[in-house]
Amino acid sequence: MTWDWGYAWETLPQLLDGLGVTVLATLAGTAIALVLGLIFTVLRRSSSRWIAIPTEILVEFIRSTPLLVQLFVLFFVLPQAGIELSAFMTGVIGLGLHYATYTSEVYRSGIEGVPAGQWEAAKALNLPARRVWTSVILPQAVPPSIPALGNYAIAMFKETPQLTVITVMELLSVARQLGAENYRYLEPVTIIGVLFLALSLPTAWLVRRMERRLVPAPRPV
Amino acid sequence: MSPQLFAYLLEGLLTTLQLTIGAAALGLVFSFAAGIATCSPNIVVRGAGRCYIELFRGISALVLLFWFVFALPYAGWQLDPMWAGILALALNIGAYGAEVVRGGIVAVPVAQIEAAVALNFTRAQRMRLVVLPQAIARMLPPFGNLLIELLKGTSVAYIVLIPDLTFAGQIVRNATGDSASVFTALLILYAVLAVIFTTIVRLIERRVAKSLGRPPTPGFFARIKGVKSA
Repeated sequence: MTWDWGYAWETLPQLLDGLGVTVLATLAGTAIALVLGLIFTVLRRSSSRWIAIPTEILVEFIRSTPLLVQLFVLFFVLPQAGIELSAFMTGVIGLGLHYATYTSEVYRSGIEGVPAGQWEAAKALNLPARRVWTSVILPQAVPPSIPALGNYAIAMFKETPQLTVITVMELLSVARQLGAENYRYLEPVTIIGVLFLALSLPTAWLVRRMERRLVPAPRPV
Repeated sequence: MSPQLFAYLLEGLLTTLQLTIGAAALGLVFSFAAGIATCSPNIVVRGAGRCYIELFRGISALVLLFWFVFALPYAGWQLDPMWAGILALALNIGAYGAEVVRGGIVAVPVAQIEAAVALNFTRAQRMRLVVLPQAIARMLPPFGNLLIELLKGTSVAYIVLIPDLTFAGQIVRNATGDSASVFTALLILYAVLAVIFTTIVRLIERRVAKSLGRPPTPGFFARIKGVKSA
């Protein structure tokens, strides 16, 4: 059997709807990951070991277990605890939580990358703790982290098809449905592959360009 | 839990291990082939390496797997689902691994290569005897991370009905109706597998670092202690 352009053309509008859901889930998930990751980082740096160590273990646990199983937990176990969320919301929270453990690592290395002299200088100037962060540390820690955060956003985009297991109608779910209805998977599955490439390649290229501008080259030793 | 359900879980665990180790072995071959290709002076070889990396890094592993299982049969190729799973995961992880290989090779100091040239080594000898032994030491920590990513990634095989650990978990859940404990057990099993894999990679790292006379990278517990002092 060969490629059927007519069928491919027919399925396109529905696939583009699915693409919208996929992109929306990625954006919302990224937003959660960016905020939650920062919270994780702050907790991991806490001076109390009763906060720092459990957070470290939790982050390590979430990061080393599959997103797919985490989605199942959120989807099937949360309602039992009386928390009813739509499938889309559940998926977005799952993506955000999973990737927060990665962004937390990025923030951490960004903060650790600020030379110790900067902390000492801020202290010598008697800056209040908040200004130390807002005027000295974060302006130097955040820009070099942006490309790595962008890479994780792309990685999240490519993991959104897993939301198909909790009935979110994103790209892969739409393709599966079309394939099952028409007994023809070739066109929809190929088109979504091309759509993924068409979105992730330019974004990756942009991130790489940004990387060259924002990340200082390692100093010669 | 009945012995039969336990047997399902055990089988699922073995399938997950097969998928992980199979895809890791095949992915390693792809990584080195493409990674070394991107360092080639020949533009065609370099381009082929880059194309492979960009193509398979840009596409979702799950979509690729779906394509192998549902679209490839139209072209007359019916892969066994298990092989489709290993191939899709290996192609995907291999693209990330190729970047690691490339990064490791590029990081070897130029003086090392110049010294090999001065000693009249051929290009293959230079790669095999001077560049790779040093590069591999640098590649191991990121390879360890990729291995964990791969282990987590194998769970998508469940969606094309490969009876892996996640699949077995679903069977147990349907039989017992207890979602919370089954999924918690699954998460813990995956985490334990991840710890085992990480430990193995760390032992290899330590050996390689020792053979090159370098200090090993700090482990998880050393990092936790670091949290306290920071």
